[in-house]
Amino acid sequence: MREITYREAIREALREEMRRDERVFILGEDVADAGGVFKVTLGLLAEFGPTRVIDTPLSESAIVGAAVGAALMGMRPVAEVMFADFTTIAMDAIVNHAAKIHYLYGGELSAPLVVRMAYGAGPKWGSQHTQSVESWLANVPGLTIVMPATPADAKGLLKAAIRTANPVIFLEHKMLYGKKGEVPEGEYLVPLGKADIKRSGEDVTIVAMGMMVDRALAAARTLAEEGTSAEVIDLRSIQPLDEETILVSVEKTGRLVIVHEAPVRGGFGGEVAAVVANKALGYLDAPIRRVGGPWAPVPFGPVLVDAYVPKEADVIQAVRVTQGASVA
Amino acid sequence: MGYVEQLTEKDLIQIYRWLVLIRAFEDRVGDLWSKGVLQESPHGSQGQEAIAVGACYGLRQEDQVLPSLRTRGAFFVKGVSVRTHMAGMYAKATGPARGKATTHHMGDAERGVLLGSAIVGASITVAVGAALAFKLQRKDKVVVDFFGDGAAQRGDFHEGLNFAGVFKLPIVFVLENNGFAEMTPLAKHFAGTDLACRAQGYGFPGIRLDGNDIFAVYEAVQTAVARARAGEGPTLLECVTYRLRGHSESHPPTELRDIAEIEAWRAKDPIPRMRASLEERAILTEVLAEKIKTEVEAEIEDAVKFAEESPSPDTGEIHKNVYAPEPPDLVVGRRA
Repeated sequence: MREITYREAIREALREEMRRDERVFILGEDVADAGGVFKVTLGLLAEFGPTRVIDTPLSESAIVGAAVGAALMGMRPVAEVMFADFTTIAMDAIVNHAAKIHYLYGGELSAPLVVRMAYGAGPKWGSQHTQSVESWLANVPGLTIVMPATPADAKGLLKAAIRTANPVIFLEHKMLYGKKGEVPEGEYLVPLGKADIKRSGEDVTIVAMGMMVDRALAAARTLAEEGTSAEVIDLRSIQPLDEETILVSVEKTGRLVIVHEAPVRGGFGGEVAAVVANKALGYLDAPIRRVGGPWAPVPFGPVLVDAYVPKEADVIQAVRVTQGASVA
Repeated sequence: MGYVEQLTEKDLIQIYRWLVLIRAFEDRVGDLWSKGVLQESPHGSQGQEAIAVGACYGLRQEDQVLPSLRTRGAFFVKGVSVRTHMAGMYAKATGPARGKATTHHMGDAERGVLLGSAIVGASITVAVGAALAFKLQRKDKVVVDFFGDGAAQRGDFHEGLNFAGVFKLPIVFVLENNGFAEMTPLAKHFAGTDLACRAQGYGFPGIRLDGNDIFAVYEAVQTAVARARAGEGPTLLECVTYRLRGHSESHPPTELRDIAEIEAWRAKDPIPRMRASLEERAILTEVLAEKIKTEVEAEIEDAVKFAEESPSPDTGEIHKNVYAPEPPDLVVGRRA
């Protein structure tokens, strides 16, 4: 199969959906002429024109608010919030409008919009361009939250996100944009709310999301060499949460490690742990371990960021603790 | 000929009837609130009715309005029933979203009312987005978006109006300047002389007018609507008015306000003003005015009875409509 990058896969999903459905349009800062700050939308202006790929003022509140209003009137907006950190400005439109539209209209209308945003730490961007925001939004009923880890999932999930009747937060890790992977050509959808077992194993379940999926897989490969068989589950969506896949795995392995880039405290891993504690406690052979960022803002520069973001070794260490090693 | 001159006697009577209905509704819910029977706190629009009616009369059903928390009349003129609003004030299952939404911010898809927000000014951007959709769809529909002087100090006012100006969207911004943001008077939350002039900074006209003059409001809004329909972009209309009641019925009208100021504005009440104008032109008689009053009161009492007799929502309603049904070919995991 051909290989393309995560960036190209997202662009392909946008292009296919815009060709399929003329209601789909893109709006955001520098998305048209410049092709986006991460070049995801490069070339779409030339194909679809300025009424379907729209450069906006630096107005995150208006970008998402306008997407909500346009969605209500029958459009299918894909809004780009350049960096996920800027959702703070768009938070009202997301939380108080988009998420509650269907409910407060009593089922009459819904807001089928996608808000794409680049999240996660890289060495060069500083504290306000690097956060992982998924748990900020995970406690808001009405939202669907997606975090693809591979190019193939990015394409299939974005196409599904554009087609759902409900608002979707689509989180793209900025360090994944250049990652290559096999991506089918043409039409396919990845179901929203379905986790994917990226590697099967028997001894421990590692639940990971977004950028951390690759770290979990690397850890699993190393663990295999050392005789531990780890199952790696890529959540892909955190809302809906695929409890079934997690529970079936934990019932098999008896051990659970959860990995995300956001700080551990208050992070989405706590919710995954609670689901397992409530529904599969009897299957657990060891306390659940969580791996995530420290309780500090994301810093700047390669030395600090490298120390901040969870690594393969952190995942391996957490697995070892579930197997009886002492906590470092 | 101006738009006002084109109004028939039937139109004028209908407009007057709307004013009387809204005032009677607001007075009645104020009375019911004081008796402790309502669940939703009334944020009365007494004194400001001419803005809602003047702006919404003559709009098409498919045009969208987005009322502020004090634009009660916009709902009624757009066709939302008095019964629905009264039932909503009682939090009954026959109210907005079967008891899940408040009347002040409810939406009505069929009648062209966009869902508002209890975050003052936040829905300006949503109204702008509806106008963006109309432009992209090449439809000649318009959006009329209402908000107060308090909302005009929100960041969303700037983001929304700038966005609308940049894309020349078919929207009319109706600023109900009643002189107060909750209890804070305009002079304490705005250092400029008028708010209409802000439109200049966004590249479209801003007009300040007497919001208690129903004819002035109608003329200005119709002109702005025609401009929007013709693809010429937005207009900001600063309608100067005064809130005769307190911020809500939980606040007395005299909270931080001088009674003399309230009385001075009472003399400029839009409803007697229109009545005098119609009587002068022999369009409205004493008998007809009395008939309208009686009919309106009967309509409101019917709504009160309807609301009182309506059931409360079933608690199962909590879980309905959190997510919209998906297209049949789309697979989505279990929501919760």
